[in-house]
Amino acid sequence: MSRLSSRHLLGLEGVPKDDIVAILDAAETFREVLDREIKKLPTLRGLTVLNLFYEASTRTRISFELAEKRLSADTISFTKASSSVSKGESLRDTVQNIEAMKIDMVVVRHASSGVPYYLTKCMDANIINAGDGTHEHPTQALLDMFTIRRKYGKLDGLRVVLIGDVMHSRVIRSNVWGLKTMGVSVALCGPSTLIPYGVEMFDCDVYTNIDEALDGADVVNVMRIQLERQKAGLFPSQREYTALFGINKDRLKRLNRNYTIMHPGPMNRGVEISTDVADGDQSVILEQVTNGVAIRMAVLYLLSGRKEEA
Amino acid sequence: MSSKKYDLAITGGRVIDPVLGFEKEASILIKDGLIAGVEAETAALRRTLKSLDPDQIIDATGKLVTPGLIDMHVHLREPGNEGAETIKSGCEAAAAGGFTSVCCMPNTRPRIDSQEAVKFVQDRAQNASARVYVAGAITKHIDGQELAEIGDLVKMGAIAITDDGHYVQNPEIMRRALQYARMFDIPVMQHSEDAFLCEGGVMNESAQSARLGLKGRPTAAEEIAVLRDIALCRITGSRLHVQHITTRRAIDAVRAAKREGIRVTAEACPHHFVLTDDEIGKEFNTNLKVNPPIRTKDDRNAVIEGLIDGAIDCIASDHAPHSAEDKDCEFDQAPSGMIGLETTLGLVKTYLIDKGYLGWADAIRKMTADPARIFGLPGGRLSIGSPADITIIDPDKKWKVKAENFRSKSRNSPFIGWTLTGKVYRTILGGRVVYEG
Repeated sequence: MSRLSSRHLLGLEGVPKDDIVAILDAAETFREVLDREIKKLPTLRGLTVLNLFYEASTRTRISFELAEKRLSADTISFTKASSSVSKGESLRDTVQNIEAMKIDMVVVRHASSGVPYYLTKCMDANIINAGDGTHEHPTQALLDMFTIRRKYGKLDGLRVVLIGDVMHSRVIRSNVWGLKTMGVSVALCGPSTLIPYGVEMFDCDVYTNIDEALDGADVVNVMRIQLERQKAGLFPSQREYTALFGINKDRLKRLNRNYTIMHPGPMNRGVEISTDVADGDQSVILEQVTNGVAIRMAVLYLLSGRKEEA
Repeated sequence: MSSKKYDLAITGGRVIDPVLGFEKEASILIKDGLIAGVEAETAALRRTLKSLDPDQIIDATGKLVTPGLIDMHVHLREPGNEGAETIKSGCEAAAAGGFTSVCCMPNTRPRIDSQEAVKFVQDRAQNASARVYVAGAITKHIDGQELAEIGDLVKMGAIAITDDGHYVQNPEIMRRALQYARMFDIPVMQHSEDAFLCEGGVMNESAQSARLGLKGRPTAAEEIAVLRDIALCRITGSRLHVQHITTRRAIDAVRAAKREGIRVTAEACPHHFVLTDDEIGKEFNTNLKVNPPIRTKDDRNAVIEGLIDGAIDCIASDHAPHSAEDKDCEFDQAPSGMIGLETTLGLVKTYLIDKGYLGWADAIRKMTADPARIFGLPGGRLSIGSPADITIIDPDKKWKVKAENFRSKSRNSPFIGWTLTGKVYRTILGGRVVYEG
């Protein structure tokens, strides 16, 4: 049924280039729809999508909900706080009960790595990973790639630097797999305490010196630094993080001329990124958010196996 | 001999007794639950046996006949988690795996840290299909703070002490435990992983943990723990037994300590010499979540090397049953452990013997004589007058691991569906057949 090689999107590791290109191409169509006066298509009419959010999320949840509504799907939303999970119900029982009410697709966000895969063993629905623990966040990486491709007209041959908490970032993991599949040269940069043991397996350049990392880069994708990492003692202070890894105007000189600044949000302004850079001409941060809806429409559409009626 | 009536005779098998250095075709005669004779196969013997009731003869032609296997590291979950296993069901699983003796760990609920708790287990184990030995706790409540009443535990029959599942993090407490245990000449078994380095970790720290986004437990946590305890052994002269050893450098440390004359022994589990952390793969199979974790290929090879050269003394299953409900969840929330009593022998045959790493006699020694020696148990040999605990093995039988065939109450094995070679044919406990394969 799916127009991709899999009926689920669990991550970008191992996803073939053809699938990624298919998603990015479809997203171009949907991106145009978003600029129309009437932003709605009947493509998923009659299908029901469950948004299963076990972990707090604002933009990803809204982005998926909007994408589903734009495609005329029926949607239901689940959040952990208001559910039977607090009464001790297992994840399997929760999702199987909801599925018994007849749903077709599931968008899942969960704090535990591997949950989207686990759901494929519990349910028949198409599963879309909206972020699992510190594992993957494939639609975020796809929208990042889509945004880059729109700007440069290509991905192949570019140099992208991903900066921040490499150890705990699911966005970085998905970006690494997706970008490398598309022929991008990927560099990772962050404090050595936030670079995971075994990082060699990503086969990327790894830096702890930001100036070296930025040298000759086209795109800088800055990740949010979480306060709890400092509390856990993984770096000494936010002040020091900003001094060593914060992206500010001075550091942009190292980049290629037609550089791009990205951030998956939410931003800690003045910590990992200065306001003038975040709001500068080369920043595509808000465009990423718009493109996110188009990418999620594309993924929903391609996994549903429905014909486009644009 | 012809006038003597035996209860049971095992004929025609290849008898292996690693202690006696015995490996040849022989018959074993059993009377009153004890071994009454081990006789080389002769025509005269076969004629004598014909005078016995045929029901009491087990024809072991083509089979291996060994001392009853001993597993020094099992979790029987009773008291506290009888849904996962009971002493009775655990012993049935032991018999099905060829084990006639097991040593149960004290991290039950309540803990086995008192005479009453030891007695409870012993009472429940009466008439079970395996002998159950008890390891008492090192510290009260297994919380690493204060020594349990070790003398009391030993008096009641505990054969060793351990806080298994938990490392005694405070070196001074561990030093005292070693010193105190020395009075009773029992080994102190240690789950060797520094707790601070393992905090929150759910698998081996490696390229795979980086890939899967799962928090890792570094090999250094085990190395530090083993090296520290060896240092404490050096100054106390006590006996340390490293449980489920998994890393190359920890094994090197044990090897070096043995060379130095320090009284340290170690055990390895089948899942650590068969599997690597690559297997967790994309499937996030919670049956592969164990403690200590499954390591990389290099560490797995080091475990095999340690078994070959004797740095690792024995093989133990770390049989850790969990209910299907408990394992059917998110990987990071699943409890650690897999069952092992019923697959250990097949895994040893398929992955150590068939691959040429160990001969049968060496493998059997690591599951009989060596654990008996370390823990001062009566079994592990086929000498006349000793209890007739015997395992008969069909060495070349291929079999498929099936969930429905487990005697254990739990099914948490990653080996379900695997084809193994080497299966238990009969398990005999005190002259009584407790398992027929």
